[in-house]
Amino acid sequence: MTHILDVDQLTVSFGDTTVVRDLSFAIGQGECVAIVGESGSGKSVTARALLGLAGRDSQVSASMLTLSGRDLARATERDWRGVRGSRVGLVLQDALGSLDPLRPIGREIGDALRLHSRLSAEQARTRVIELLTLVGMPDPERAMSQRSGELSGGLRQRALIAAAIALDPPFLIADEPTTALDVTIQARILDLLASIKDRGTGILLISHDLAVVSAIADRVLVMKDGRFVETGDTRTLLENPREEYTRRLIAAVPTDKPRRTPLVPSETMAPAPKTVPMAVQDASPPVVLSASGLVKTYRAPAGRFRAVDDVSLHLVRGETLGLVGESGSGKTTVARLILALTDADAGDVLLDEEPFSALRERERRPFRRRIGAIYQDSLSSFDPRLTVRRILDDAVALAPPDDRSTVGELLDAVGLPQSVATTRPLYLSGGQRQRVSIARALASRPEILICDEPVSALDVTVQAQVLDLLDRLQAERGLSYLFISHDLGVIRHMSDRVAVMKDGRIVETGHATRVFDDPQHPYTARLIADAPRLAAPR
Amino acid sequence: MTPGLTESNRASRSRGFRTARWLLVRLGGSIFVLWAVATLTFFAIRLIPGDPAEAVLGGPGSQASQETLDQVRRDYGLDLPLGIQYLNALGRLLSGDLGTSYALKVPVADLLGAQIGGTLILAFAALTVAWLLALALSLWSTGGGRLAASVGQGIELTSAALPHFWLATVLIAIFSSALGWLPPVSTGGVTGLILPTLTLAIPLAGFLAQVMRETLLDTLDAPFIVSARARGESPTGIRLRHALRHASLPAISLSGWALGYLISGAVVVETIFARPGLGRTLLQAVTLRDVPIVTGVVLLVALVYIVMTIATDAASRLADPRLRRAEATR
Repeated sequence: MTHILDVDQLTVSFGDTTVVRDLSFAIGQGECVAIVGESGSGKSVTARALLGLAGRDSQVSASMLTLSGRDLARATERDWRGVRGSRVGLVLQDALGSLDPLRPIGREIGDALRLHSRLSAEQARTRVIELLTLVGMPDPERAMSQRSGELSGGLRQRALIAAAIALDPPFLIADEPTTALDVTIQARILDLLASIKDRGTGILLISHDLAVVSAIADRVLVMKDGRFVETGDTRTLLENPREEYTRRLIAAVPTDKPRRTPLVPSETMAPAPKTVPMAVQDASPPVVLSASGLVKTYRAPAGRFRAVDDVSLHLVRGETLGLVGESGSGKTTVARLILALTDADAGDVLLDEEPFSALRERERRPFRRRIGAIYQDSLSSFDPRLTVRRILDDAVALAPPDDRSTVGELLDAVGLPQSVATTRPLYLSGGQRQRVSIARALASRPEILICDEPVSALDVTVQAQVLDLLDRLQAERGLSYLFISHDLGVIRHMSDRVAVMKDGRIVETGHATRVFDDPQHPYTARLIADAPRLAAPR
Repeated sequence: MTPGLTESNRASRSRGFRTARWLLVRLGGSIFVLWAVATLTFFAIRLIPGDPAEAVLGGPGSQASQETLDQVRRDYGLDLPLGIQYLNALGRLLSGDLGTSYALKVPVADLLGAQIGGTLILAFAALTVAWLLALALSLWSTGGGRLAASVGQGIELTSAALPHFWLATVLIAIFSSALGWLPPVSTGGVTGLILPTLTLAIPLAGFLAQVMRETLLDTLDAPFIVSARARGESPTGIRLRHALRHASLPAISLSGWALGYLISGAVVVETIFARPGLGRTLLQAVTLRDVPIVTGVVLLVALVYIVMTIATDAASRLADPRLRRAEATR
């Protein structure tokens, strides 16, 4: 097999800190190699270094860096500009806006053609349409003149891939190309990358999630602290991981892990719950929350849009109801309606069989503490000027006076060191931050937690820790969770019952095992088929 | 849905509808603002000590007899109750009559018509020059490393803080007195326009450059810039094709405000350079308590301000398609 990329002893440092050390690897024609590791392991810096884009203050050295026959170990900025776009393409994670929001995507895709080829305007236009068709963009002519903000996440990602492969480069780097995408869209994007691979392009795929890359990667390089700790072909690595770190990455993937089994092997469920969860203990546990006939419509350019359409659900003490659906299906609106943060057009929310949503805000306020909430973007849910102690103190004040925890107890409960109390959330890691927001939600002694995509912004390994924590807290405190996520693996692992949402309606509901083993609705079946699993390439 | 109506047809129809609605709301708001300005000016001027009737007769120094004063009060309707005076004034404004100057005995509309041209030329010249200076300064200071960044920042801060009267004096000292390149007073030609324009433009440029530089730096860190560089785009291309447009957005929205700032700055600059214009007319009218002229100037400036705000709003909508969409879903 001819090598498209040959790297030997690649080292990247910023000042005195070396973030990538002595990496050596090669990628062949039509081969897909994945680098997997946690945030901060040096994956993205490695990818950028292969484009000469490691950053202004970086020092990059390599004893060999050859890209389709060109020696780039000592390339100047000018040399790199000739290579970027024409010999190597880059696809970034979309969430942060990798396409210029002010320019039509036709222009963005045409840029590479303009820079590296002498096509006429008409030829370039034809080529852009060809590329958009190739990546499966519906109505390419129309899409050309649209801007990234007018497209959905999946279509944006397709446009970005079209821009990266505009000149048919022999080598493509995809850095977290599917993070933040819904499972079904993620599966389509991975299919697209696989088809590009089949055309002979070498792909370097970067992800924190082994399950995502295992679908298309031929080989996996496991990265930790700037080094490769284990490398091997995907199947061998998944079936026979040699390193503890690799095993941890594999264990963290929640898909197909039974309910209430810890995802982090080292963290023993302390204290091991000999007590059976309350849901099983009681003969008929009480319904703590019920919503019936919720409807919410919004104004949209094309008339009114029913974001939530006749949704009914209930929560039993000590159980988790998983609410799953793609983005835009109305999950978050349901959460807001249940929290009575948005007024429903119709329908009622009852708390312990007493009216909740029907109350006036003034009457409702004393009951609010009984429903806690945690969100995906915990950072923006904190006042950036407050320390963790202040944040928790404010929340504790909502609890009944005779039943208050101290800040110290709350930090213990969520597994954070006491030293965190004096810091501000901005200086915490994503996982620590989410723990603080769980502690805040617990501070008012709620019976119910609404968890809206609580782990979607986290690395798989951190996600595993947070999920284990939520599991433990539920067992200890008999909490009821409404767990909202687009990730089926997470939902299945966390839920006793599941409700599947599509276009504002609940299309299927039932016990988790029944829904997942025997889906009744075709939409549920499709979601399940598209969920990423640990398995070698098809 | 009407059968036979294509998707894009409907989209363009609703876009036209949205633009029309936006314009109507804007026009309604403008009429309200003009009314509020007229009302405020009418009452505020009554608070200035001194008798308007004396102003008509050439100020308190004129030693006018009581009969003459009474005669003037009757002629100008100054003896009527304040409410009636207000309604009369509003009625005249509605019929397009700005009144007659007390001191000059000329219709205010004619007077302002003769003066506004000079001020608008000065203000727009200054706005254009300020934009060019700000663009050059912010592009240079964000592209030339750390030294350029701190020097650029220094220039921005200093020039934004310069008062017009001081800057004008220094410019005259250098370019007229020492070098003799440019005339110290306005002569009506282009050469006479250069120094007043620079006086107004330099502080504004410092301010605009500050705003542009910050947005430029933010934009240059955005992921889509990495995407563009990964396509092989050069640093210049990145600036021109991507960053500049983002950086100009806040500066565009500020331009409406900037024009108001320039017109009030014109009061000082036109006086120093002995340049005919609204600013100088206003200054003279205030010292003479020439109520109709003051009201006229204030209304005119308010009108210019409103037109400019609508224009910058439209320009922002053109430059940033996200604004149009945000409205569509609201």
